[in-house]
Amino acid sequence: MSDGEREFPDEPAGPFPTPPREAVDDERRTIRYRAVGTDLGRETAGSTLVDMYRAFDPADRAQGIPPSTEPAIADWLDAILTDDARNVVAFADATDAAVGHATLVPDGEVYELAIFVLQAYQGAGVGTELLRTALGHGAATGVDRVWLTVERWNGPAVALYRKTGFETDEAGSFELEMCLRLAPSQTESTG
Amino acid sequence: MKLLLGVGGRTESARALERTLSRTRETGDDLTVAVFDDGDAASLDELEARVRDALVSRGVDGEVRRVEHDAGSGIVELAEREGFDRIVLGGGERSPMGKVQVGAVAQYVVVNAPVTVTLVR
Repeated sequence: MSDGEREFPDEPAGPFPTPPREAVDDERRTIRYRAVGTDLGRETAGSTLVDMYRAFDPADRAQGIPPSTEPAIADWLDAILTDDARNVVAFADATDAAVGHATLVPDGEVYELAIFVLQAYQGAGVGTELLRTALGHGAATGVDRVWLTVERWNGPAVALYRKTGFETDEAGSFELEMCLRLAPSQTESTG
Repeated sequence: MKLLLGVGGRTESARALERTLSRTRETGDDLTVAVFDDGDAASLDELEARVRDALVSRGVDGEVRRVEHDAGSGIVELAEREGFDRIVLGGGERSPMGKVQVGAVAQYVVVNAPVTVTLVR
């Protein structure tokens, strides 16, 4: 689908914090958020994310991603951990393992967003902080329009996207499509 | 088996056509191809010509029909009216992220068809 068919909100959302930063989640765990390419090397990100996605609950898969087997996970990560994409990884301070990943993949002039959080870290505010940090990273590096699809039955995810400023742009299909506009000048200076 | 394959202009349809022709050569299913405009086809004429070429080059006998208006309901109606056993369609394209997105025609057919629907990926 070309971006000409999408309707983005007129008003930008935000401000959003930029990586690197850390935040304490609702269960008092310190989570560190790092941008791939600047705060974190691409190869390190790739191998740590393969480990995270191998541990990923199949029930949390969405529209066929992440893939279920290791070679397919590595191929998929190769395709999205590119120079022109924006990736933020959430690390648990205690183990230094990746527990969440948000990615903005170029789609013409706009970006498609996806976010994944390991089951043990869901429902504790990690997804909210990860999403906000990824949008802050995007806004600070020239991303101005973001879209995503989400399955209609995935209530918590839809609520998170709404709360963050995404608006529904299309009705009548299996997935909801949501859009958000970013203003580069409005990023928070501190996390 | 009496098979109805729906073909539009998107890549997923080209894939479904290719796979169905290979399969039909083995099974000898009675194949009808319904071409429809999903907004990505240059024209139904061109699409129909492409399908006829594919049938000839793969040596598969098959009828080619047109679904002129609302493709989803047109395909379901055709399947009902003429007693097809199964409908085959392209099963979605991948977004830049790699997410599978099933198109509006396939969604309508899956929900509304009275017979088994196969989505080819």
